[in-house]
Amino acid sequence: MQKLDVRLKQIPMPELPVEKRLQTFDEVALGYSEEQALAEAARCLQCTHPLCVEMCPLRIDVPGFIKLVRQGNYVEAAQKIRQENCMPAVCGRVCPQERLCVLGCKNVIGDPINIGGLERFVADYELETGVTIPDIAPSTGRSVAIVGSGPAGLSAAAELAKRGHHVVVFEALHEPGGVLTYGIPEFRLPKKVVKQEIDYVRRLGVEIKTNIVIGRTLTIDDLFDEGFKAVFIGSGAGLPKLLGIPGENLCGVYTLNEFLLRVNLMRAHLFPRGSKTPIRVRGRVAILGARGMDAARAALRLGAEEVCIFYQRKLVGRVDDIRRGIEEGVKLQPSTKPVKLLGDENRWVKLVELVKLKPGQPDKTGKTKLIPVLGSEFLYSAETVVIATDHVPNTVAAIKTARNVKVDEKRRTIIVDPETLMAADGVFAGGDVVSGAASVIEAIKAGKRAAQSIHAYLMKH
Amino acid sequence: MENEIVYKEELAPEIKLMKVRAPLIARKAKSGQFVILRVSEDGERIPLTLIDWDPKNGTITLVFREVGATTKELGKLNVGDVIHDLVGPLGKPGEITLYGRVCVIGGGIAIAAAYERAKKLKEIGNNVVAIIGARTAEQLIFRDELKGLVDKLYVTTDDGSEGIKGYPSDVLKGLLESGEKFNLVYAVGPEALMKAVSEVTKPYKIKTIVSLNSLMVDGTGMCGCCRVTVGGKTMFTCVDGPEFDGHLVDFEELMARLRMYEEEEKLAIKVMEGCGCRS
Ligand SMILES: Cc1cc2nc3c(=O)[nH]c(=O)nc-3n(C[C@H](O)[C@H](O)[C@H](O)COP(=O)(O)OP(=O)(O)OC[C@H]3O[C@@H](n4cnc5c(N)ncnc54)[C@H](O)[C@@H]3O)c2cc1C
Ligand code: FES
Repeated sequence: MQKLDVRLKQIPMPELPVEKRLQTFDEVALGYSEEQALAEAARCLQCTHPLCVEMCPLRIDVPGFIKLVRQGNYVEAAQKIRQENCMPAVCGRVCPQERLCVLGCKNVIGDPINIGGLERFVADYELETGVTIPDIAPSTGRSVAIVGSGPAGLSAAAELAKRGHHVVVFEALHEPGGVLTYGIPEFRLPKKVVKQEIDYVRRLGVEIKTNIVIGRTLTIDDLFDEGFKAVFIGSGAGLPKLLGIPGENLCGVYTLNEFLLRVNLMRAHLFPRGSKTPIRVRGRVAILGARGMDAARAALRLGAEEVCIFYQRKLVGRVDDIRRGIEEGVKLQPSTKPVKLLGDENRWVKLVELVKLKPGQPDKTGKTKLIPVLGSEFLYSAETVVIATDHVPNTVAAIKTARNVKVDEKRRTIIVDPETLMAADGVFAGGDVVSGAASVIEAIKAGKRAAQSIHAYLMKH
Repeated sequence: MENEIVYKEELAPEIKLMKVRAPLIARKAKSGQFVILRVSEDGERIPLTLIDWDPKNGTITLVFREVGATTKELGKLNVGDVIHDLVGPLGKPGEITLYGRVCVIGGGIAIAAAYERAKKLKEIGNNVVAIIGARTAEQLIFRDELKGLVDKLYVTTDDGSEGIKGYPSDVLKGLLESGEKFNLVYAVGPEALMKAVSEVTKPYKIKTIVSLNSLMVDGTGMCGCCRVTVGGKTMFTCVDGPEFDGHLVDFEELMARLRMYEEEEKLAIKVMEGCGCRS
């Protein structure tokens, strides 16, 4: 047994040294070694009423899998997670554990357990050694179409395939994975891992068809005509919101999605030899909005001299990733808001005008709004600007062509029955397209829940 | 096989026409829509206008000029080769209604798109005047097809090697000045041409539709790369367009944005040609 003082401190996750990070897009967090994983697992108190499980949206048996780690049964540990979550190697890396399972960890005398680190360790171990495919129910003869191959679509697909349904996923882009593929950068989530997890879903019998835009190439009605008995819409929240300020369309101004699409999906960082898609990052880079940490870190790796995120209240992201970004040199300017962008004679962005913000009078509900400080305008010179405020469900998405599907006009989200996630007869929806921009784990949960109601629906029809 | 090139023709030096097997796209395509394609694994996604489609045989027709690294790569493919990725039809279909008398203008490679539109407008009974222009006579693609189709065809070349020396917008101007009336002017081609056409028709208050070729990545409204200011509002060419009211488009902004990667494009071509290899 380890000594108590050893057990107080979390085993730190090995990371790429800061000075090496900016020269590559390689993953920063390196993952536990077997020895480190065993040591971290040994710290778990194995509570009888584990709050970590309750805090997990998928109710994964955390103490259960950690116990298996201690016994050296890594594959079994991974399988235990995989029963509930079709992409543990992804979630181990990108879940905001500090707000979920880890927040529930009752290791009161020391640091909480690094549950994500352990999840990643066993999931990677299993991917390395080869994932065993679980038993698949005999074919039901029913087909389900899934719109979008993000975590919501893939988890619905995996669940339905296990229950013996024939599942086809339609993806608009040329590669599956949704935000996992086009949004989250390589240095946080290697594409190899995403591919391996998607490969698992394929091996369950799921067919993935890329380059098909539902609503354009095929409509939802076409899908029913082709014999699909139910449709799940997991088309995400891919429509970037602009700021509505002057100068937004100057050259050198990107939306977060365009910036990340170019880097992650199109691998623009390898331009011109390894990729034919360019990206322009020069000099100073201004990131406008709280969702900008991934773009900021990518910009530094693309050779930016300085990168500063201007945002209002709180950055969106996992604590570890925000810390790593700051270590890498990302500068932060909270309580600021862009006013306009100014360009040169060739319409390239040159300056961002911003204003400082302060809390205003609380409203009836006690909430305070940030209001501009009079006369506090200032300029930041930038050659590249990324708008990273918000994104909402996409308008070309299937929803327009779907029979009787209702959309919340303001939030642009699909309205569903909260229990069954049914949007119209035979049409179900979940993930960001229903919740608005949320998280991978919530999308997986929605996919699973929808799969259950689709299964029930199919058995009746 | 899907995405397979089933026919290839050189219409003029550096201008190629390809028919590609794409049954789903062929079934849904409408006038004015486009596809996005990627030639290879590390390729860029580029939009190309649908010039023709045949739902029965499941093929679509694309016409392109070999200008950038991607179109040069595409031009090297032959019948039997497969385009790595092909998605569509994208964009809003154009409005094909009975206007009465219309003028269809096409410049350069976009004469192909103008021909397609002229055909559709003619089919439903419009009286169609077409004005096409290219740098030199040999670049005047679809000239004969148009001649056999429209009620009147005007041809211009920059160098005067055929037809009128000058631009299609000059011809339009002349026609309007001499009292010709049009209920619609449709222009497709280089931005400078569409801009000039829009300026010519503006004083006459003639409805003028232009088809924009913004830079694109996804083509489905995800990224905003294709954004353009129309009537003071930001629009996404790939989902709100590609056709817009020419009198409202901010062409200066569009042209600046199209030049955004000029240096990179040159570099990409250099790298591609430098190694001399095909793939
Ligand atoms: C930059 C960034 C970083 C993030 N980081 C994290 C993180 O660290 N941790 C975390 O938990 N969450 C993170 N999120 C949020 C998380 O990625 C999303 O909440 C989650 O991916 C939503 O899953 P989804 O399946 O609903 O949609 P998406 O992942 O968006 O997938 C939707 C898919 O549907 C496709 N599609 C859309 N319309 C159509 C159509 N008409 N036809 C066919 N296909 C279509 C899209 O191309 C896309 O592939 C991040 C998001 C972003 C943008
Ligand atoms: S090309 Fe991405 S939004 Fe139009």
